[in-house]
Order: sequence, then C-alpha cells, then structure tokens
Amino acid sequence: MQIERLEKVFLAIGVAFLTFALIAIAASVFMSNIHLPRPEARVNPRELASTEPFNNPGFHELEPGKWEAAITAFRFGFGGFPSVEVDGQRVSQIEVPAGTEITFHATSLDVIHGIMIEGTDINTMVIPGEVSKFRFTFNEPGTYLVICHEYCGTQHHVMYARIVVTEAGAVAA
Amino acid sequence: MSSIAATPESGSFARTDAALDQVGILRWHLYLSFISLAIGGLVGALQALERLGYNLYSEAGLDNYYRGLTVHGVTLAIAFTFTFGNTFLSLTTRRALDRPLQSTGLLALSMLLSLAGIVLASYAILSGTADVLFTFYAPLQAGPLFYIGAVCLVISTWVTLVNQLITLAAWRKDNPGERIPLLAFASITTYLMWFIASLGIAVEVLAFLLPGSLGLLDKVDPQFTRILFWFSGHAIVYFWLLPAYVSWYLIFPKQLGGKLYSDGLVRFVFVLFLIFSIPTGLHHQYTDPGIPIQWKTIHLFMTFIIFFPSLITAFTLMSAIETAGRAKGGKGLFGWIRVLPWHDPVISGQLLAMLVFMLGGATGLINASYTLNKVVHNTAYIPGHFHLTVGTAVALTVMAVSYWLVPYLTGRALFAPGMAKIQPWLYAIGVLIFSFGQIQGGLRWMPRRTAIDDAPYLLDSWHIWNVLTGIGGLVMTVSGVLFFIVIAGTIFAGAPAERGEVPMAETVIGPKQSAAIFDRLSFWVVVAVVLVLFAYGPVIIQYLPWNGVTPFTDPI
Repeated sequence: MQIERLEKVFLAIGVAFLTFALIAIAASVFMSNIHLPRPEARVNPRELASTEPFNNPGFHELEPGKWEAAITAFRFGFGGFPSVEVDGQRVSQIEVPAGTEITFHATSLDVIHGIMIEGTDINTMVIPGEVSKFRFTFNEPGTYLVICHEYCGTQHHVMYARIVVTEAGAVAA
Repeated sequence: MSSIAATPESGSFARTDAALDQVGILRWHLYLSFISLAIGGLVGALQALERLGYNLYSEAGLDNYYRGLTVHGVTLAIAFTFTFGNTFLSLTTRRALDRPLQSTGLLALSMLLSLAGIVLASYAILSGTADVLFTFYAPLQAGPLFYIGAVCLVISTWVTLVNQLITLAAWRKDNPGERIPLLAFASITTYLMWFIASLGIAVEVLAFLLPGSLGLLDKVDPQFTRILFWFSGHAIVYFWLLPAYVSWYLIFPKQLGGKLYSDGLVRFVFVLFLIFSIPTGLHHQYTDPGIPIQWKTIHLFMTFIIFFPSLITAFTLMSAIETAGRAKGGKGLFGWIRVLPWHDPVISGQLLAMLVFMLGGATGLINASYTLNKVVHNTAYIPGHFHLTVGTAVALTVMAVSYWLVPYLTGRALFAPGMAKIQPWLYAIGVLIFSFGQIQGGLRWMPRRTAIDDAPYLLDSWHIWNVLTGIGGLVMTVSGVLFFIVIAGTIFAGAPAERGEVPMAETVIGPKQSAAIFDRLSFWVVVAVVLVLFAYGPVIIQYLPWNGVTPFTDPI
C-alpha cells in the first residue's frame, strides 16, 4: 500500500491531536476531579419505601454545610423537593445557604428521566432500577434550575425543580 | 451542467430488460425516501415555528410536540436514510460489478418492506399510539404496529444485503481471483457493518418491546434495553454516513474530473468502519448510572479510533479535489478552490456537505470526550451537532446526488436547474444558523427533545438562541421546498434525456497494489464480531439472568 508522504504527515498530526485530547480528558478526571456516574446500587422501583435512602426522601442536613438528598423522579416531577408557593404558583424548590455541599441519590419510580442542574457539572440519567449518585458544592448564590432532560412523556416539559442558594448567613424566607 | 449531461451507454448490462425492471424498482424505493424526507422536513418546519412561539401542531393534525418529534425522527433517521441506502448502495453494487442484481424479487421485496414499514409506523404514530420518539426507550411503550413497522424497515436493509452478497457471489464465480471492484466493496461492507449493528435493536424489539406491546411481557429492565438500543444506535450513524462517503469517495471525484489516489486506502477505511463502528456505543451512555466506568473508558478509546477513518477521508477527499482543481487550471494556494464547478449543484451540494461535516465531526468528538459529555448530554447541543452530520453531511449529499440520480432513474432532464443551483447554499446557510442557535442554547442548559415554548422554566436568556434555531430551520425548510419542486418537476415534467451511466471514480494507484486481505470479507466480519463480543459481552452478561424491573408505561 503506497501512501503519499503528505498523507502520513496529516495522519500523524491527526493521531497526535487525538492523543492530546485523550490526555486532556485524563487530566479532567484525575486533576479536576470530574467524574462520570457509575453503578451505585440496583433497587426495585416498587419497594422504594423500604429501600435506603429512599425510605427517607427529601433533603436532610447532616451537619452545617453538608446535606444529603434522596430524590425520586416520576412523571412529572422530582419527589423529595419541598413544594413551595412562589408568586402564586407551586414550585418544587429547596433553599440552602451558599457553601452547601449536597450529595444526591436519585432513582425513578416509573420511566427513564434525567437530571441536569444549571450552573453545575451535574448531568445524569435517572433510570428505574438504578441509583444515580452525584454531589455538588453550591458556592455561588442564585437560583439553579433542576431540569429533567430525558423525554418521559407528553408533560416532560413541566418536569423541573429549583435549588435556591442564599447568601451565606442570610435568613431563609 | 457536466454531471447531468448524458454519457452514451457503453453497451453494458444496463440495457437489458432485467436491468431496466430493476431501475423501475429502485426508482420507487427512492421515491419512498423522498416522501419520508418531505414528511420529516415538514414537521421540522413546525418545530422551527414552535421555537419562534407559533404552535401549529393541532392544525397539522399532531396532538403534541412529541408526536411531531416522533414523526420527524422516525421518518428522517430511519425511513429516509434506510430507503436511500437500500436504493443507492444496490445501484452502486450492480454498477461496480457490471451486472444486474442477482434477484429482482429480493429487490422488490426490500422496497415493499420499506413501504410496509413506513405505512405501519406512520399509522401507529399518527393514531396516537407511539409518542415515544425515535429512540423508543422502555418502559415507554408504543403500540405493536410501531414496532412492526420499525422491524419491516430494518429487514428491508437485511434483504438488500442478501441481494448484494448473492450478486457478489455470482460475480466471484465469473471473475475468479479478481479484486472486488472498489465501489461494490464499499457498498457491501457498509451493509455488512449495519447488519451486525442492527442485531442490538432487533433483540431489543423482538425479545422485549414487541412482546411487551402485545401483552406477553409484564416488566422490562430499562437500563438493559437502553444498552441494546445504543449497541445499534452509534453504528447507525455510520449506516447513515457511509452512503454519503461512497458518493464522496467513488462517484464525486469522477464528476469533478479527478481521480482518487489510492484504492487500498479506501478499502482500509471501509474495513475500519466495518470492525470499529459498533464497539463504541457506550459513549451514548456516559451518564447512565448502571454502566461500569471501565467499560465507559474502553468505549471512549474505541470511539477515538473510529474517528480515525474520517480523518483519512478528509485528507483523501481534499487531495482528490485539489488535484481536480489544479487540473482545471487553478493556480496558487487557493486558486484550485475557485475553479471548482460551484455552479453545479451536484458538486456544490457535496462540497458544502463536506465543509459543514467538519463542524459536525468536531462537535461529535466533543460529545464523545467522556467528561465533556456532562456539559452537553441531552442539551440542545446534541441536535445542534447531528443536524450538521446526518442533517447535512448525509441529507445535503442525498439532495446533491438526487440531481443526477433522478435523471438517471427516470430518463428525464433536471427541471428548474436554476432553483437546484441555489438550493444547497440555502440549506447550508440555514443549518449553520440552526445549529449555532441550538449549540449556544445547549451550552446554557437548554434541554433537547422538549416542548421548550411550553416549559414553565423557559429562561429569557434562551430566547435569542431559540429565535436563531427557528430562523435557521425555516431557511432549511425553504431550501427543502426548492429541492422538492426540482425533483417533482423532473419526475413529472422533465424533458426526456439520455440516461447515461452511473459515474465511477478511478484510482491512481489501483487495486493490484492494495493488500489482498481486505477482500476477505468473512475474515473481517469475524473480527467485527470478536470486537463486539469484547466491547459488549461483559456489559451484557452482568444483566443475565434477565430480570424485569419495571412495568411498561403509556407515554401520554
């Protein structure tokens, strides 16, 4: 097989670029500590009421600045978020002070859902039978949308929640 | 326009009655492709309008955005692409082997299966029993006709492969010891790859989803069926893409007045696609909780390997195009670009498709980049990416190819060539605006596959990106309308013209110098299967014995 020299140069550059990309990916994992979801537990969606941690749904402060949340996604909302009235509407919303680290465990009651949290690196599928574990430290005050990003039925677009991060030391409304 | 002008028939097989009957069947199969493209494109227009705040779904007879999206995905990503592949790569096989396809009956069967599939799936979707989108993830459940329709479309591709293989076998008997003509080699390896790849969704649908839909199965394991889907789901993009590569490598250079440099390199590229397309699927499941990290990592490496043949393609095609340009008298660093026949839509459409594909490939590499996937997964970035790839590299190439293929199959000259001339430019401009809007929205956490205009969480900051998406989509729609005026006009009112021959590119360095081992297709199929077993075996085994986890759900 005869290949022109120019082609060999081009392909060498291509391979070098791909190698560089792989190294950058490795750096993101080992140096920036960014991780993909991994198997956490298998659960029975019919028995969540007696399965840790979903037997204790919702947000719990373990110690100041460290919370955990057990979330059950369903058509069409995120169970575990308190239902709060905002401007005359009911919204699934939790309020935490800035600097809070939340460790989430999520699963689905029914179909495949997804969770993506605005302003964070949280992006995971939420699948019946599987537990998704993810964690984030909310340092910046603001409102973070929690969006279901996997089609789960004809009301998929109403499925969302909010995490409101208040200034450290502010009084909760 | 040179590529449409008739070249006198060389007195080859193509004049026989048998061969002309086959042309008739191929023509109807191509019409199915156009019908699918038209329906899918019209729904695309509805989606573009939705981005701009105009919800016309009920007027269009579609109950909701997601039903429309299911039509859009199924007609374009399954029906349009499969029927075009079946038509085009059957035609290229017989052209390269210089004989009619071995079975006119199988050719007709493939076309009828496509028709049945399109009718059944469309009926199921439009009657409200299949709001499940093109990915039909369990436990969302569609009615049985939807799955049966999809099965018919997949089997139409298997029948096409069988016809290619028996034609090749007959050719080999008559031509012992000869290298498989390159155009046939590429066409057949494409279908071999897809056959192996399609086994994932075949098992998913036949063992789980269809029985569930018929009430024979109560529960399903959604993580597992998702793995089966994406087993096929990444390789399917190469099934969409490779027919475009066949045109770019093996027909387009001839139409440009150039040659391909190395026969062996093209064989190498298609063999790489045969063996590496499938063991990459887990990169669509980077954010799935149920899949171990080590397997996500292995598929990351496999995915980077499969990027390599597209890099080779970029160089090989650019060098063939530059050679042709310089042969036309183009001088200097960029003169060869200027003298290319940009006025010929067969050429301009494919050149624009190649250019846009560079962005498509780059965004694809980003999606595949493991941790970077967390930035883009399930955001609008993803459709931004794939409208550049299947939406342009493939669809725009199909349109450009149609400008010579329809005259060839109908024996009529192209209607409204002036419209044809501007159509590809309009399309490229439209899709670039569309994808830019989607990509920017996606990077700001706007989700995909969502009736965003009705979302209570719709952010004001997303508005400009949705407007760009809508405008881009409408420009693409106008381009599509022009395309269909030209094509319908040609079919119904084109002036009779001599048919000519399917163009076939020559190589500077011919088949004699390329490694003979490439032609041992059964060996490469075995390699492909071994790689699949390695990349998927351990992942699938952990789900056995199979255990249903959750019941099926109606999407409504």
